[in-house]
Amino acid sequence: MEATMTFFRRVHLSFEHPYFRAGVGVALIALLALPVWRGLLESSLINHMLVQIPLLALAGWLIGRGIFSSRFAKWNERGIPGLLIAVFVMLFWMIPRWLDAALSEPLWEAIKFITIPLLIGVPLGISWPRMSPFSRAVVWSNAISMLIVIGWLYVAAPVRVCNNYLVNQQEAFGFTAMLVALAIAVYWIGVLFFGKWEKAE
Amino acid sequence: MRGAITIVALLISGVGVLWAATDGVQVITAEGARRLTIEEKPKPLPAVPLTDQRGEAFRLQDFEGSNLLVEFIYTRCVTLCTSLGETFEQVSREIPRGALGSRVNMVSISFDPRDTTSDLKDYGERFDAAPDYWRIARVESSDELEQLLETFGITVIPDQWGNFEHNAAVHFVDRKGYLNKIVDHDPPTRTLETLWKRL
Repeated sequence: MEATMTFFRRVHLSFEHPYFRAGVGVALIALLALPVWRGLLESSLINHMLVQIPLLALAGWLIGRGIFSSRFAKWNERGIPGLLIAVFVMLFWMIPRWLDAALSEPLWEAIKFITIPLLIGVPLGISWPRMSPFSRAVVWSNAISMLIVIGWLYVAAPVRVCNNYLVNQQEAFGFTAMLVALAIAVYWIGVLFFGKWEKAE
Repeated sequence: MRGAITIVALLISGVGVLWAATDGVQVITAEGARRLTIEEKPKPLPAVPLTDQRGEAFRLQDFEGSNLLVEFIYTRCVTLCTSLGETFEQVSREIPRGALGSRVNMVSISFDPRDTTSDLKDYGERFDAAPDYWRIARVESSDELEQLLETFGITVIPDQWGNFEHNAAVHFVDRKGYLNKIVDHDPPTRTLETLWKRL
C-alpha cells in the first residue's frame, strides 16, 4: 500500500519534469498507433472522435508543455497564433470527409497521427499558459457551444455523413458530444466559482 | 507588429486550407467528394467479369454505345435496396420500350458473396426486371469485387443485424464506358431527369 502511494507520488512529481512529460506524450502516441488500439478506437464514431483524437491531442499537449514550452515565444504573443493553428486543424479533422479518408487510406491515417499531436496538441500546450484569462474564457465557452452544436447536428442529420459509420453510431456520437459539453460546462463553472485565481507559469 | 502579421498570415492560410479541404466549401462528406470528383474526372471501368440472373457471363464494357445505369445492392437488404430497385423499375416504365436495351441499360450489382444466381433472379422478379435491359449481377472473385467497389467508391460496412450498410446511389456510365455522374437514387425523378438529358 505504502509502496503504491509512493509510486504514484513519484509519478506525480515526475510530471513536473519536462522531459518526462514529453516522453509520456510520445509513448501515448506510440500506444495509440498500435493496430489493436487503432482498431478498437476507430470502431465507432464516439471512440474515434471523443477518445482517440482527444488522446492524440493530449499527447501533443504533453509534448508541447514538455519540450517546446518556451520556443516560438516571440511569435506566439498571448498564445493567439498557437490557438489559431490548433483551431484550424481541429476544424479540418471535424470535416466528415477527412475522417473517412483517414479510415480508408493509410496515407491520411498517418497524416492524422502526425498533425493532431503536432498541430493541435503542441500549439495548445505551449499557448495555454500564455493566454490571458479572457482568451481562456473565450476558448472554454466556444468549446462548449461548439460541442453542443456538433452533437445536435449529428443527432439531427437526415443522412449518414460518414461512409464508414452507421447512422445509429452517428446519433450516439451526437448525444455523447452534447453530454461531454455539459460535463465541461459544469466543470468550468465549478472552476469559476470555487477555483483559485492564479496565473499559470 | 510581429504578432499582428503572424495572426493575419495564419488566418489567411487557415481559411485557405479549409477552402481546399472542402473543395471550395462544396463538399464535407466523402460521398459528396466522390460525386464531385467523378464529374470533374470521369473514370473508365475495370473489365470485371460479371454473372447475371440467368447465369450468363458479361462485362460492363459490353454496354459501350449505350447509356448504362449501375447500382450496388444485395438481396437480403431490407429497405435501401428495395428503394434502389424501385428506382430502376421506374426507369424501365418511363423510358420508351424501343430505347430499353439499346440506348439505356441497367445493372444492379450485388456485393454480397452469399447472393446466388437464384437470389438475383428473385430480386429481379420483384421489380419486373427483364434481363435484356436490366441485369442483376454478381462478381465471382472477391478481389475483382474489391476493385469494382473501389472504382465506384462504394464503402460497405456490416451493421449490427448481420446485414450491410453502404452508400447508395445511381451511377451513370456514358456511351464510351466512362463513369461520369453519380445521383441520389431517391426520388426516382432525379435519376430520370439526368437520364433524359443523356438520351
